Amino acid sequence: MTGEAVIETRGLRRVFKTRKETVEAVAGVDLRVFGGEVFGFLGPNGAGKTTTLRMLSTLLQPSGGEATVAGCDLRREPGRVRERIGYVGQKGGSDPQVSGRDELILQGRLYGMSKGESVQRAAELLNVLELEDCADRVGSTYSGGQRRRLDIGIGLMHGPRLLFLDEPTTGLDPQSRARLWDEVRRLRDSGTTIFLTTHYLEEADALCDRLAIIDHGRIVAEGSPDDLKRQVAGDVVTVGVSGGAEEALKLFEGQDFVREASAQADGTVRLYVERGETAMPAILRLLDRESLELKTITLTRPSLDDVFLRQTGRSLREVAA
Amino acid sequence: MKTLRDVWLVFLRYWGIFIRNPAWVVIGVLQPVLYLVLFAPLLKSIAAVPGFPRGGAYNVFVPGLLIQLGMFGAAGVGFSLIAELRAGVVERFRVTPVSRFALLMGRALRDILMLLMQATILIVLSLPFGLNIHFTGVLVVLALIALLGLLMASISYACALWLKSEDSFAPLIFTATLPLLLLSGVLLPLSLAPGWLRNIAAANPLSYAVDAARAVFNDHLGDVSVEKGVLIAGVLAIFAVALAVRSFGRALA
Repeated sequence: MTGEAVIETRGLRRVFKTRKETVEAVAGVDLRVFGGEVFGFLGPNGAGKTTTLRMLSTLLQPSGGEATVAGCDLRREPGRVRERIGYVGQKGGSDPQVSGRDELILQGRLYGMSKGESVQRAAELLNVLELEDCADRVGSTYSGGQRRRLDIGIGLMHGPRLLFLDEPTTGLDPQSRARLWDEVRRLRDSGTTIFLTTHYLEEADALCDRLAIIDHGRIVAEGSPDDLKRQVAGDVVTVGVSGGAEEALKLFEGQDFVREASAQADGTVRLYVERGETAMPAILRLLDRESLELKTITLTRPSLDDVFLRQTGRSLREVAA
Repeated sequence: MKTLRDVWLVFLRYWGIFIRNPAWVVIGVLQPVLYLVLFAPLLKSIAAVPGFPRGGAYNVFVPGLLIQLGMFGAAGVGFSLIAELRAGVVERFRVTPVSRFALLMGRALRDILMLLMQATILIVLSLPFGLNIHFTGVLVVLALIALLGLLMASISYACALWLKSEDSFAPLIFTATLPLLLLSGVLLPLSLAPGWLRNIAAANPLSYAVDAARAVFNDHLGDVSVEKGVLIAGVLAIFAVALAVRSFGRALA
């Protein structure tokens, strides 16, 4: 399964009609998600993330386009898609009046598991997700993090190879969020493909192997977080040497790994380079050869927000605020 | 086979939720009991008025109360579904391969079972007041209540899925049920009504169920109104179920 396309869409569209106007929430999305990766869908609220995810998980009929999900045609075989995917919605999905264990057992049985299998699998998941202490209490007594882990457990009951997570960490405190990230990575390492949406830059950056940035229903960029950031401007290395910037600037300007170099007001030299991690050793060697004394060196990378800014002309932080 | 299994699983879930809070059975039966104690005695004195059906005040009023219980006991079940929509429970079920028919029927069966428990309590409580009924009659009336419960619960769930908010669901249910109640002959028999009112009431399916229940309680099991009442309730229930199943299968925002 690893390396093969688990999700493939061509021109996926969704139009909502209201009394007055027609809104194209998703305006032709082409995507490929590969087996074994964490794929993120990043964008501001209302960009079409959730609509796309709901189409891919059979909750919403596409208005146009095609998609294959987990090896099945989304429009012709939604029933088979349902058997193969797990889905954890934004709102969760567990009932506050029902215990975590009962929720898990029912979920397994709805996928056709026998009572015995389902009971056993529920116990396994409660253990892995560290929910044993509250397993037999009703959901209304759970903390936000516990509730979220239960919701994910529900999505995992039937052992799907593909799991959809819609805004999995929205509303969680930083500790619970970090905990959930670990959970997602562990799932990925055990071979589950994960498709998640988020409007948190940090989350997309820290968690996703690849991601697509969506705005106004269109994908504006796609790639690994590092690739995307590199496309923007490359990395920036700021070097401070004793004896002023002039000499250093002259030295760096001729190097082919430097795209652009400029002297800063504080006496440092700012270098735009393709890849910071390979440029730094070269810079050190060069300074050493010329016997220039290095005082400071810092590497800064463009953030995903810079990517968003460049593609849409707006900052995601501003849009989200 | 899978569908039946799904219905059973969904039923068990909602039965389990209900068992945690069995007080609802008592609360649901409280209103008809209040009618029985505080309203029915008024009918005793007008039971002699020309046009009042034969059989005595309680044999005329209790069947109406039972039908009312069947209809309105189920009309509010959509409230719990709106809470579930908000918690994402419905969405979660819709992504599983569970049958959409089972999503409705499992719930509705729980509601019907609850109504039947309430109806039985009401019948037993009415006996000391002078209600006369035999066992077969009770079964027929309970079957009629089950059909009405299925009809109303399905409509209630369909409306809840459509409106998605208590703020619009509550006024809709209250506004829609009041004329149904007034035009059903539950409180006072429609045989007392002027002709024009009786004509409007003829369009109310609930009035046929009340007629049917009264015929049963007056020992006219073979009366054509019984067949008519059951048939109308049955046909409408089928349509309501089809509508609600469709709503469960359709997209929800």
